[in-house]
Order: sequence, then structure tokens, then C-alpha cells
Amino acid sequence: MSTNAKVRVATVWLSGCSGCHMSFLDQDERLVDLAKKITLVYSPLVDVKEFPENVDVTLIEGAVANEEQLAMLKKVRGRTKILVSLGDCAVTGNVTALRNSWRHSDQAVLERAYKDPADLNAAVPTAVPKLLIKARPLHEIVKVDFYIPGCPPHADLINYVLTELLAGRAPVMEGRSKYG
Amino acid sequence: MSTNTVKLKIDGVDVTAAEGTTILKAAKDVGIIIPTLCSLEGLTAYGGCRLCLVEVSGTPKLFPACTTPIGPGMDVTTQSDKLKEYRKIAVQLLLAERTHICSVCVADDHCELQAMANQLGVDHVMFERNWSREEIDSTHDFLVIDRNRCILCTRCIRVCDQIEGVHTLDLKLRGKDSQVIMDLDEKWGNSCSCTSCRKCAKVCPVGAIYVEGEPIEHTKKRDVAEFIVERRNRK
Repeated sequence: MSTNAKVRVATVWLSGCSGCHMSFLDQDERLVDLAKKITLVYSPLVDVKEFPENVDVTLIEGAVANEEQLAMLKKVRGRTKILVSLGDCAVTGNVTALRNSWRHSDQAVLERAYKDPADLNAAVPTAVPKLLIKARPLHEIVKVDFYIPGCPPHADLINYVLTELLAGRAPVMEGRSKYG
Repeated sequence: MSTNTVKLKIDGVDVTAAEGTTILKAAKDVGIIIPTLCSLEGLTAYGGCRLCLVEVSGTPKLFPACTTPIGPGMDVTTQSDKLKEYRKIAVQLLLAERTHICSVCVADDHCELQAMANQLGVDHVMFERNWSREEIDSTHDFLVIDRNRCILCTRCIRVCDQIEGVHTLDLKLRGKDSQVIMDLDEKWGNSCSCTSCRKCAKVCPVGAIYVEGEPIEHTKKRDVAEFIVERRNRK
């Protein structure tokens, strides 16, 4: 990565609770240093609608649970040099994927959410993206370059990975990360 | 007691130990710790988890250190890139086989499988996960078994049989379908042999057997078998 130009970083929020993004913000004052080195070109934290081209590093929170997210993930992968799975939903499926243990879990979970508890006009909404049969971690769909496990991952760990990547080094997770 | 001793090398260190000693024990006695999951001091060896695989020079085959006796002139390697890769695969296969979700598990942060993943630098599972849905039995007054978290190490079965002496727990079926059962596959609450001693919950390396409502760090006492065996052998 060039040392002069700012590094183009994006973050994406798929099926997760946003806790990983909260943990990202928990880098606190280190965000000031980070802001000197990066441009946040796309994120739930900034107002950009379309995922841009030529992104250097993208952190993705959340599992892939529906067709819209599936398309988004593929688009992001195509436009990003280094893709990082941020947090357990992205890394393992985690809570988002708990439904996977049920057969036809896409239908089962919709019925449990919209039909079972309803007193009147019980119906599954049709205006939302179609659920995939299984919620899946990112690397089962696209190539992922680095993983930051944790629910949520510690801000120090996120900062470590970003610092290493910005320095042009590969982060070493052994003895640092906490699985699950 | 047999006084026959065997000389061998473990990681380049000259070791002398009694004939019949396992590689795992001989290594431990000279301070070389080989990673294990199913092995537990005080219980018989099982050789199920494959974490303790070691290299023995002269053969391409890997040997489980917990069940392989030492031999004269053996040259054992316990740490290498190849072994580390195999150990990482073993941990990933365990994580993929059943539905291990640390964030909703009672044993999060007190789990030997999770600790082993961290130690080996397993930050994701490369295999597609099985998403099994096994039976949870909470019919006992306070002991619960969640088979989704079971790694089939059989520590609970061995401690129940060899230390408590009642053999309530056993295994049914084979391979990935294997299940820990009570008596002749009864609900735990209906078991006529279970003494409710909790040793199964104490030694379980993961969150598969736990005491309802009790903090996991109070339940886990993984050296209970070693402790009881040592006390029994006091004359």
C-alpha cells in the first residue's frame, strides 16, 4: 500500500447485531490516528449509498442470510483488495446461523417470527429480501483474507489488525484472537 | 513393579521411563506438554481426539501419544509444522461436526475446545459446518446434557465408570451419529443408576454437560479424577 495516499477502507453490516461496529468505535481515541491514515469510503457510519470501486480494505460484520446480502458480498469482494471477516457472525455464522439446525430454516424462522405470534392477519412479509435456506459465514461464499473472531471482537484486536494491514503486514492471530 | 526402563528421545531430549509408559506421560515427566482434549489424568486413555498425534522417526505414520507406549531408541517429535497443521484440522473438524456457538454456550471462556482453538491460532473453520440438531436432555433435577456441544471425548463415560463406579453413561451409535446416553438410553431423569455425583459435568471439556443455574467456573473441576485416584492410592 502507498504510504502517501490515504488507504480506502469500508465496513459492511450484513446479518449481525452491529455489536462489531460498536466494537470498531470502541477503538476510541485511536480512531483519530486511524482517520489520518484512512478514508472511510463506505460504512453504516457514513452516508454513501453505493459500494465504491477500488477499496483497499473492507471489514464485513454479519453472516450472509438473504439474497440481497449474498449479492452485496459478491460485489464487495469484486471491488476490494483485502476482505476481512469481522466478528463471529461473519466468521462462523454464530447466532444468525442458529436457525440452520432446523430443516427448511428459511421458512421456519419466518413463520416463527411473523405467523406464530400474530393474533390477526398472520402473514409472512413479501417485501423483504428472500432468506437463504442457511445463514452462512463469508468464507463459505467468497475468499476471505483475514478473520477477526469474537462476539464482539475486542476493539484492541480490531485495532491490531487494522494497524498491521496499514503497515503492509499480515496480522498474526495465533494467541491473540478468541475463537467464538 | 517392573523396573525395566526404556531410553528414547523426545524433541531431542534424552528420556528414560518405565516400560509401558505412554509417550504422553513420558513427555510430560520431562516437561514437554503435548496438546490433548480427550485425555484426562486419572482416567484410562481413549485416543479419540487426535490432538496428541506425534511423529516417530522411521515411519510416516502419526501416533496418538496418549495410547502409544514408548519403545527403546524411539525418536519422537511433538511439535512441527506438519503436526500443527493436523492439530488445527482436528480442532476444526470438531468445531464443524456439531453446533458449537461459543457466544450462546454456558462454557464460553471455560472451554477446552475453544482454548485449544486459540492456542493453535484457529480463527475460522475451513470446513462447511454440519449444523447438527441433537437432543438436549434436562430431565435430571440439575444436570443437563446438550449433545450439540458434545465432542465425544468420553471423559464423562470414563469418569462415571472408572471413578464413580456406576457406569450410568455410555455411547450409542457410531461415528458422527454417536450419542452419550444414560442407562439403556433412558431420559436422565429416569436413570436408576445415576448417583447425581456431577463428576461428568466437572470433567466435560466443553459445555455439553453442565449444572443448571450454577456458574460454569464453579462446576468445572477437571482434575477431580486425578484427585480421587491419588487419595484412593494413599495407604
